[in-house]
Amino acid sequence: MSNNKVVEIQKLLKQFPVGGDFFTALSDINFELEKAEFTGLVGPSGSGKTTLLNIIGGLDSPTKGTINVLGMELGSASHNERAFLRKTKMGFIFQSYNLLPVYTVFENVELPLILNKVESKERKRLVTQAVEWVGLSDKIDSRPAQLSGGECQRTAIARAIVHEPALILADEPTANLDAKNSHQIMNIMVRLNKELNTSFIFATHDEKIMAYLRRIVHLEDGQIVKDEIIENPEMGAI
Amino acid sequence: MFRFVLKGILRDRSRSLFPIIVVSLIVALVIFNRGFLVGSMNGMFKDTAVISSGHVKVMTHAYQKESQLMPNDLALMDVDEILKDLEIKYPNYFWSPKISFAGLLDLPDEHGDTKSQGPVMAYGVDFLSSNSRQFELWELEKRIVLGRMIKDPTDALVGHKLADKLGLSLGDQVTYIGTTMNNAFTTFNFTVVGTFNLGMGPLDKQMMLVDIEGARMALDMDNAASEILGFMHDLYYNDDASIEIRNEFNTFHSDTTDLFRSSMIALRDANQMGTMIDLVDWSVFIILGIFLFIAMIVLWNMGIMSGLRRYGEIGVRLAMGETKGQVYRSLILESTIIGTIGTIIGTCIGLPLTYYVQAVGIDYSAAFENLNSTTMIMSSVFYTQVTPDLYYIGIIPGVLATVFGTMLAGRAIYKREMAQLFKELET
Repeated sequence: MSNNKVVEIQKLLKQFPVGGDFFTALSDINFELEKAEFTGLVGPSGSGKTTLLNIIGGLDSPTKGTINVLGMELGSASHNERAFLRKTKMGFIFQSYNLLPVYTVFENVELPLILNKVESKERKRLVTQAVEWVGLSDKIDSRPAQLSGGECQRTAIARAIVHEPALILADEPTANLDAKNSHQIMNIMVRLNKELNTSFIFATHDEKIMAYLRRIVHLEDGQIVKDEIIENPEMGAI
Repeated sequence: MFRFVLKGILRDRSRSLFPIIVVSLIVALVIFNRGFLVGSMNGMFKDTAVISSGHVKVMTHAYQKESQLMPNDLALMDVDEILKDLEIKYPNYFWSPKISFAGLLDLPDEHGDTKSQGPVMAYGVDFLSSNSRQFELWELEKRIVLGRMIKDPTDALVGHKLADKLGLSLGDQVTYIGTTMNNAFTTFNFTVVGTFNLGMGPLDKQMMLVDIEGARMALDMDNAASEILGFMHDLYYNDDASIEIRNEFNTFHSDTTDLFRSSMIALRDANQMGTMIDLVDWSVFIILGIFLFIAMIVLWNMGIMSGLRRYGEIGVRLAMGETKGQVYRSLILESTIIGTIGTIIGTCIGLPLTYYVQAVGIDYSAAFENLNSTTMIMSSVFYTQVTPDLYYIGIIPGVLATVFGTMLAGRAIYKREMAQLFKELET
């Protein structure tokens, strides 16, 4: 695997036991992701987007095939090794933000750094920087209940990037947002991708996101049916 | 991470305030419940011990055999020497001689004729020695209804019901009519200096308390006593210790040819008291066990509810790279903090409450008014008892049960399907 490859998947098969039989969620998946890519997994419900995102994130294991993420062979990695990979090199953005309600914006963003045992002064610097990135400096001491949906998602993004991960996995990050907020969020992520060279993988069927993607991987019935490079995505204008 | 967890606990009231209130209440209840059970049971033993049996008591073998008849002709002699010996050999106990006697109490009119007369059961107790703890044991400060304490060997305190029955007033000279230890007829004048209410129906109707020197004068029992009662210094009956010294003492005084050899019995050797003590021990154990079990179920359930409510938070933390073990340990850390705070607060509530009821008591006199037990002397005021274990017993439900409940509830973390995290966190 070259230094530039963030994800490399070969002949991936994922089956789930259903009754006495197996349901094939993904089959014959071959996929590579280079550093700083901005890629979307697109497809209808049940096409396997989230399952693929789970496997790339080390939250699930493949039934067959190999998957190498950021230099770690996930098929043979232990739970703790995969957790370590997520903690140190990955960020997650969820549809429902999933901020911890009793903590402030600062503290929510600080959590990955605490898990990574970053020293207090450095934590403060990195959190302030990440919050600035997403334009929430004036809300740094607010709690999630005091924020709008867009602000919550921006906080979630700050939390995902604060430890400067190499790969961010986002599952329908704009699904709960209106058009204006969705564009604002996507613009932030595009900027992060450009300036920090962070790789992004989105699972989405939101047209607004697709307009920003540089690569769209189409999934249908657990298979990649199309892998297209977008020449002039909306991000080029940013 | 500790500070992060602590912040969460302090800010999230449903994670801190409610559990801490529940833990505190349970701990306070456990402490009071234990204090009440031990106190009321020990109170029963204490009253029996003070009035009748001591925690242990020494008498002659012959007296023991006939003790129901109060046979003072079989009493212990050379009591001062025996007391010295007991104090040296068994320093964990303090020892006090007592004379039990019965007869008639006569109240004369101004001409010296009998105005009223009735049977009396009297105890000559060592009230006036410099190191005597008998006033404390009999709790006379709060039990005296009228008058004052005994200050002179000829002073007498009379049960308030007996005083009412005979029409006794403070300052009256009453004459005890009975027999000496040599079975000679005797009369002896005592001055009524007070009346008392022991809260024990039958005893209040016929009891008189005098100093042992007065009883010795009345009964011609110089340096003699019916019995010598021994009490643990903390007044808490310790069955095992009492049995141990009883056996040791009786082994040493085992000359079966000597009818007047000293013999020791423990409180449990009095009529049916052994069965009662065993029953009480088991009752306390079972009641506390059940109470602790219920407390644990409540706290366990609280752990489960907390886990369910924070399902999303735990999912995010797992997705962000915390291992299941780390999440599990942080939940246990949280419950340890909550349990510890709750235990401290609960102990601070439960202990003063137990101390208060230890001092004031709960009066059941109406219910016990007509009880006529003579084997077991029961007080109609129940007191709790603060024992050293009350300072730490709250740890069992407060910390151990809370943590154990969280440990059981937290096992769900290990069963959680990581592959479902994204789906679960969408809702």
